[in-house]
Amino acid sequence: MLFDFANVLVFTALGLGFVGVNLLIGKLLRPSNPQERKLSTYECGEPASGSAWVNFNIRFYLVALIFIIFEVEIAFIFPVAAVFRRWIENGQGLFAFVEIMIFVGILFLGLIYAWAKGDLEWVKKVRV
Amino acid sequence: MQAYIDQLIRDGYFAGMPKEVVYAVAMVLAAFIVLSVFVAPLAGVTSWLERRVWARMQSRVGPNRVGPQGILQWLADGIKNLLKEDLIPSAADAKLFSLAPYVVFVGFLCAFVVIPFGSQLIVADLNIGILYILAVTSLVVVGILMAGWSSNNKWSLLGGMRSAAQIVSYEIPAGLSILTIVFLAGTMSMQGIIKAQGWAPWDWFLFNNPFTFAAFFLYFTAALAEGNRTPFDIPEAESELVAGYVTEYSGMRFLFFFFAEWGNLYVIGAVATTLFLGGWQVPPVTSDPILLGVLQFVVFFLKAYLWVFIAMWVRATLPRVRVDQLMALCWKYMVPLSFLCLLGTICWMLVFPKGNQIFSVAMFVLGLLIVAYFFKRVVFQIRHARPELYFKPHI
Amino acid sequence: MNETAPVQSQGFYAEEMTISVGPQHPSTHGVLRFVVKTDGEVINEAIPDVGYLHRSIEKIGEKVTWHGYVPYTDRADYLAAMFANQVFCMAAEKLAGTEVTRRGEFCRVIACELNRIASHLISVGTFGQDIGAMTPFVHALRERETINNLMEEICGARLTYNYIRIGGVGYDILPETCTRITEFLDHFEPIVDEFNRLLSNNKIFIERLAGVAVISKEDAFSYNLVGPNLRGCGIKWDIRRDIPYSVYPELEFEVPVGTGQVGTLGDSYDRYWVRIRELQESCKILRQCLKMFPKGPAIAKVPRKFKPPVGECYARVEAPRGDMGFYVVSDGSEYPYRVRIRTGSFTAMSIIDKLSKGIMVADLIALIGSLDVDAPEIDR
Repeated sequence: MLFDFANVLVFTALGLGFVGVNLLIGKLLRPSNPQERKLSTYECGEPASGSAWVNFNIRFYLVALIFIIFEVEIAFIFPVAAVFRRWIENGQGLFAFVEIMIFVGILFLGLIYAWAKGDLEWVKKVRV
Repeated sequence: MQAYIDQLIRDGYFAGMPKEVVYAVAMVLAAFIVLSVFVAPLAGVTSWLERRVWARMQSRVGPNRVGPQGILQWLADGIKNLLKEDLIPSAADAKLFSLAPYVVFVGFLCAFVVIPFGSQLIVADLNIGILYILAVTSLVVVGILMAGWSSNNKWSLLGGMRSAAQIVSYEIPAGLSILTIVFLAGTMSMQGIIKAQGWAPWDWFLFNNPFTFAAFFLYFTAALAEGNRTPFDIPEAESELVAGYVTEYSGMRFLFFFFAEWGNLYVIGAVATTLFLGGWQVPPVTSDPILLGVLQFVVFFLKAYLWVFIAMWVRATLPRVRVDQLMALCWKYMVPLSFLCLLGTICWMLVFPKGNQIFSVAMFVLGLLIVAYFFKRVVFQIRHARPELYFKPHI
Repeated sequence: MNETAPVQSQGFYAEEMTISVGPQHPSTHGVLRFVVKTDGEVINEAIPDVGYLHRSIEKIGEKVTWHGYVPYTDRADYLAAMFANQVFCMAAEKLAGTEVTRRGEFCRVIACELNRIASHLISVGTFGQDIGAMTPFVHALRERETINNLMEEICGARLTYNYIRIGGVGYDILPETCTRITEFLDHFEPIVDEFNRLLSNNKIFIERLAGVAVISKEDAFSYNLVGPNLRGCGIKWDIRRDIPYSVYPELEFEVPVGTGQVGTLGDSYDRYWVRIRELQESCKILRQCLKMFPKGPAIAKVPRKFKPPVGECYARVEAPRGDMGFYVVSDGSEYPYRVRIRTGSFTAMSIIDKLSKGIMVADLIALIGSLDVDAPEIDR
């Protein structure tokens, strides 16, 4: 078990190392001749009009919020899914099914709520 | 892998060495082999093949100069990018900017830990295999978001934000489609899922019931979106966002993003193969373990690469959707549909706890008919499109 | 410099972002620039900024002779050079009262319609690429390449033709070339169907364009839109039909107009579809011309020192990007006194500001593509 997960660690280290070593080799080989114009931000050939770090439209964060709710719930279903077959074999299938239905049903209600509130629209029409 | 090393230790190959050292060396060696022998050439050759396939579909020639048929083009590209000047814009957040490729690359490489190329050919068969893949591939979002935000470039920012919204949204249908299979297989281990299927197509989970059949297409579509592939390539959206989140990147750092993208294509295919298409399962034709291993590897590789090819094909064919359409497609169609598939599969399991062989065969025939109709359309298309313009394999 | 006016967005505080789209942007069809103010992905304002491709073609007209100006007109719209040639020559002929030979007129129409096909192919191809479909673009360019070969046979040039001269055309079209044009048409007409199967009927493509950037008839009139952009709004106006010139009255062809078949009348798809239909109409015109091709000289006798009498005149033709007009003034000398060019893209550019309010960044690209604006035509 630990052996298996140690592999993940090794892969992570190797991935970091691979990128790092490549960039290091590149650093020794490639030219480095930075200039002010070269290092300026690209904005289609015009001088950049201000920083890109502005208070960005909330749209993206709303999606992220809805996502987190769903993703967490899916993560909760995974363990149930793994043992569901055993429950059926033990004759508790219907019971488990109802439980899953309740869980998924609540999740689905959440989706319907977000839909009805218009939070799934990219451009939300605000009633004036 | 652990069992194999234990066997070697017991046979007395590493006498006098602590067990941990042997393990560590073996792990590093395995990871290194996977990376250098498999992943790097795979991503490279995929990049070449994509350009080649794409070119042929567009009645162009494509890269054909470096090596036979241009197959070494990716090496030339790699060397070129290695020698390119690496620019970090003065306005950018330099630390995050240079860290982003690492995150993306690690997120993609770690997926290869659990990809089963054969019944023995797997680095580590984690008991949470498929959940682990979902987790590490999500790491790519973080990297892309870092790249997009740290560049301090408006195109990058838009690209990064689009990508974040897109990838996290499509995690839901992808996750739910994967869940249907976990329900069926009763395990999250990749090998366990494959072992729950058989070599015959009607034993695959794809044809288990109509809901898994639908779930497969939901998964593939969602995976294309997660991989930022056409028709969902809006984070890069060349004609809109210049180059999206990689606008400010150059040289090797730029390359790593695409390394991950092309490698990810294969991961998508491999996961689809494992979950739905019976993985490495081969008919029992031989008992020789080495021959069997090779056969399993070839079968798995071809099945997985078929989907890489289809992704290339899709990219050459389809236009790109708009960001609001993308989100609507995900939340209003794919999420409810994948919920339906999930519940449908559970019901199916209650009704047919052992599965329904007759129905599976029927589904398989239906699948064949769909493929046959598709090829009929393709033949019609090619006939009407002046094939002499498309087929010139001698170039 | 940094204009970050606070905007109320869905009740949250967000800043407006000013982005410069162009001059170095993949989908600005030449060197254009838009100063775009966005709220996230939604555009509040897109201000066109023209002048990056200004080459003072009009001023050059005052410095060269009447004959010598013809090659310069090529550059007014390099994707459809033949039309600028023709309209300048028509203006000069009108002033001098020169009669064009009948074969010359047919040569002009054949060359122009071939050029129209080439130009529309670029337009629909790049439009597909703007939407994200890469393959149709290459297929369209492949067909255009054949037309370029034909053009090379006709006049020796592939892009800036300098073919149409005052009084007729520079070189006669040979019978072999006529055969090859027929061969091309036989090949090309099915290709249009293939193109439709690949792109025009694609669900994603239609979804991206239906109902996007709708131009009403009133707007089309008040912004002086011309050509396919005007016809896309459902208005049947074509210079070839309504103010006939050359031999067009003898030819049978339809004027395709937008019908709002997939969305609203006057949306981006209608403008695109009008161009596709015009490809087919041009093929029809070419076939008729090749059938009716008369014998005779290709160019009338025109003095080398061309000195039209004092006066002024305006000539217009239906170019691929709409009504193209040359206003020329002669003071009786060897040089034009004043040349003024009126092009379709310039007015099309001005409506972008109005249409871009509230659409998305991706739609702006679709809008620019659907209007088929062409940088050299705008700046001249």
